[in-house]
Amino acid sequence: MTYNLLLRLQLWAVRAIRRPHYDLPLLGALLLLATTGLVTLYSASDLDRHLVLNQAARFVLGTILMFAIARIPPQVLRNWTPYLYAATLFLLVTVAILGQGRGANRWLNLGFMRFQPSELAKLTLPMMVAWFLHARELPPRWITLAAVGVLIGAPALLIAKQPDLGTALLVAASGVFAVFLSGLAWWRIGLIVGAAAAAAPMAWHFMHEYQRNRLRMFMDPESDPLGNGWHIIQSEIAVGSGGVFGKGWHNGTQSRLEFLPEHTTDFVFAVFSEEWGLIGVLALLALYLFIVGRGLMIAASARDTYSRLLAGAISMAFFVYVMVNGGMITGLLPVVGVPLPLISYGGTSAVSLLAGFGVLMSIHAHRRLLPR
Amino acid sequence: MRQRIKDVQHESARFRSRAIVGFLLIAAALSVLGLRFAYLQIDRHQEFSARSDQNRISVRRIAPTRGLIFDRNGVLLADNIAAFRLEVIPEQVKDMPRMLAELGGVLALSDDDVERFNALRKTKHGFESIPLRFKLSEDEIARFSIERWRFPGVDVVPYLTRFYPRSDEFAHLVGYVGRIDAADAEKLDAVRYAGTTHIGKTGIERSYENDLHGEPGYDLVEVNVDKHPLRVIEHVPPTPGKNLYLSIDSRLQHVTMEAFEGRAGASVAIDPRNGEVLAMVCVPSFDPNLFVNGIGKVDYATLLNAPERPLLNRAIAGAYTPGSTVKPYLGLGGLELGLRRPSDTVFSTGEFFIPGQSRAYRDDKKGGHGRVDLVQAIAQSVNTYFYSLAFDMGIDRFSSWMGKFGFGKPTGIDLIGESAGVLPSREWKRGRFNQPFYPGETVIAGIGQGYWVITPLQLAQAASIMAAKGVRHPPHLVRAIQDGLNATPMPVPLPKADPSIIRNPENWGPVEQGMIAVVNGGGTASGLGKEFPYVIAGKTGTAERFSRSDEGWQNIMDVAVERHEVLFEAFTPADDARIAVIVALEAGHTGAHDAAPIARKLLDTWVKDDDNPAAVAGASP
Repeated sequence: MTYNLLLRLQLWAVRAIRRPHYDLPLLGALLLLATTGLVTLYSASDLDRHLVLNQAARFVLGTILMFAIARIPPQVLRNWTPYLYAATLFLLVTVAILGQGRGANRWLNLGFMRFQPSELAKLTLPMMVAWFLHARELPPRWITLAAVGVLIGAPALLIAKQPDLGTALLVAASGVFAVFLSGLAWWRIGLIVGAAAAAAPMAWHFMHEYQRNRLRMFMDPESDPLGNGWHIIQSEIAVGSGGVFGKGWHNGTQSRLEFLPEHTTDFVFAVFSEEWGLIGVLALLALYLFIVGRGLMIAASARDTYSRLLAGAISMAFFVYVMVNGGMITGLLPVVGVPLPLISYGGTSAVSLLAGFGVLMSIHAHRRLLPR
Repeated sequence: MRQRIKDVQHESARFRSRAIVGFLLIAAALSVLGLRFAYLQIDRHQEFSARSDQNRISVRRIAPTRGLIFDRNGVLLADNIAAFRLEVIPEQVKDMPRMLAELGGVLALSDDDVERFNALRKTKHGFESIPLRFKLSEDEIARFSIERWRFPGVDVVPYLTRFYPRSDEFAHLVGYVGRIDAADAEKLDAVRYAGTTHIGKTGIERSYENDLHGEPGYDLVEVNVDKHPLRVIEHVPPTPGKNLYLSIDSRLQHVTMEAFEGRAGASVAIDPRNGEVLAMVCVPSFDPNLFVNGIGKVDYATLLNAPERPLLNRAIAGAYTPGSTVKPYLGLGGLELGLRRPSDTVFSTGEFFIPGQSRAYRDDKKGGHGRVDLVQAIAQSVNTYFYSLAFDMGIDRFSSWMGKFGFGKPTGIDLIGESAGVLPSREWKRGRFNQPFYPGETVIAGIGQGYWVITPLQLAQAASIMAAKGVRHPPHLVRAIQDGLNATPMPVPLPKADPSIIRNPENWGPVEQGMIAVVNGGGTASGLGKEFPYVIAGKTGTAERFSRSDEGWQNIMDVAVERHEVLFEAFTPADDARIAVIVALEAGHTGAHDAAPIARKLLDTWVKDDDNPAAVAGASP
């Protein structure tokens, strides 16, 4: 019996190595990232073992989900796509009507757990855009674009209304990337970007007051150093005081003495920068770039348009997390609540990110075997 | 749907190129982010490092222990004693007004206490302990201890408080410390006084504040965002203030104070050889300990408004008319300026007239003293002699000469609050009244009346200059400064004395003879020098509120004091003086009758230890 089990395990291992379901470089990079995340969190939480174990448990959950999704062939995913997308929209509407959360209607209480439908959208939206474009003539024309615009806009606006600008941005970005990768003509891109830039000032009117304050503070944080500018200033102090080599692990005074707010969640990158310095930051950015690049390589070797666009969109959206979060903590971009992927404390984003990588793994496992 | 068949090959290639472009854009964007990090972490690293430290490190000042004050023999005049005060940590008190009201039922809380507490609270963090009541009595501590459970955040804390064991004997001289108030706080070095609650308000405590205070120590404390201290990074202990040894002999002070028997006035004794002040007494006095931990408003008003003005330091700021005590100085001036020879005489008829004027300036004795020379004129205090001398001298030479004895300007003693007094002069009157100086004013200035205003210290300095045969040693109180109780007291270097103001040393003798005659011969204070081991030289003064002239001098006497004053000045041994003493009383019959006996008691005490090496060298505890 035991022998039998061992034999099966061995067979599985051999098969996994010969023809792995999982892309080992990507898996390795994610593992490295998650480890870095736990180590950073342990310091940022001032050695809160409970918090780190909590996060580790979510990683385990996310990894199981990742492996599970990796086993689903992309064709199956494609067939499910419209239903998943419709379900997402339904949940977002439900949340908008009876959701609950701290000042923002993001959460849906399922009784046994609380659930954020916007996290689901991070995956189902690029799936839907890829599904839609898969069946269309590419590069897309205006009519296709308009339809895709509706597909992206509906969930994005629902999420932005919650209000959760960060997630809305991420969700919309993944759809936009799918369109970009589908080969949308550059002149069309130019027109769209131009129109968006022209319409940008209008966005001011649709913003919440706190969002406007964030923009104001982004322009001049020192104008209100103890109020709205506090986050940005303390974050820049944390980053800048880290210098080239950093203060060392658990020596970051800005976070340990609680000058830096939200130092385990949105501002954990500032803690990392303070303790590991520029060298650590560059290594981390390189790791992120590697993951994005690896994702795009997987996308490029995918079997069909759906898989390619989906894998590409997921990979590029991953970059948006890093850029928006990194830009925020260095004062390069306004404050938008986007976590640093796999490092910020918080379960939902970790699980949804790993689920996304599950899709990538699945696409990788079902790639074209022979290069042309 | 024109071309339903997709060009798979072409689409894949297009994707590939788009993926590469996308990757390059991402790489570029992340490079911008990396550059931003580099900008913050390299270019602005120093700035942010400093701000990070500023965030996390807070300096907690530790107040130094105040220096002690001793007399010349090491008798403690200002001590630090352990006491208990009530401190409150505001953030631990839920309802402050209610707590204060309830606490008021357990121990005495004055409005002053609450006011000060509330003012302090505005400048400190909520977790910092703030003193509410100083100097709790044992009874109060006991009562509070029983009720303590009702007052979370309130605690009894030990501290060192200033104590003046000699109470009223040194109230003006040593002065007192008091709680730092808003006016003080504005002037003080905020860093040096960050942990200090008390500051010298008057006397030596005030003028030597800088030495007595010491240097604060500090704890560098790491704090979190709420400024809660987490750990001490560095501890630097405070340096205690320096101890002061005064030139005062507390025994002289004590005896002299007693001898006043409560009569208002002042006495100063100086060692003419070096300017050391041996005694400086002011009557009436008060208990300086009342002020240390906040005097109540009522007590303060009582002291401030009392008609006899106990808070006034009469020795340096009292205003007295010198009267006849100026005569020896004027007499010496007559010789020095060549206006008189010692043998020159004046015939005293009881009245003096300025040539061509009909006003009579009177002697104090009806019918006059007859023919008197300088010695007799001093001994008998013959006004006529000095009327005529002052008249001959003229106001300009008069004020110039008398100024050499230090009249009309502060002596420069190491106390704050000294008055300049008034030495009658043409310039002074021009500045004060914008009027010329009249000859009649010169005449009465010659007997120490008129515009004259002196402080007892000025007169003591003048007597000391006379005793030292014209050499002025600026009077001073602090004799040695000690840096810690185990250190050797370092003598305060004496300023270099000016050469004698007397050009012809022979001129001093007749004046001395006159002053000896005052005390020993048939002079005004005859008999005072009896049974004293040394020869005493002295001069009495009985200053009138008004001139005895019938003519209207009253109107210009407004600078003089209210009452009839009596004074006495003396030095001994007459030929080689080691002490000069003056006594001024605000009321009395004559200088000889009331002031001179006080001086004699002081001298009797002094003589016991005169030239006793143990006492004089005694600047050690």
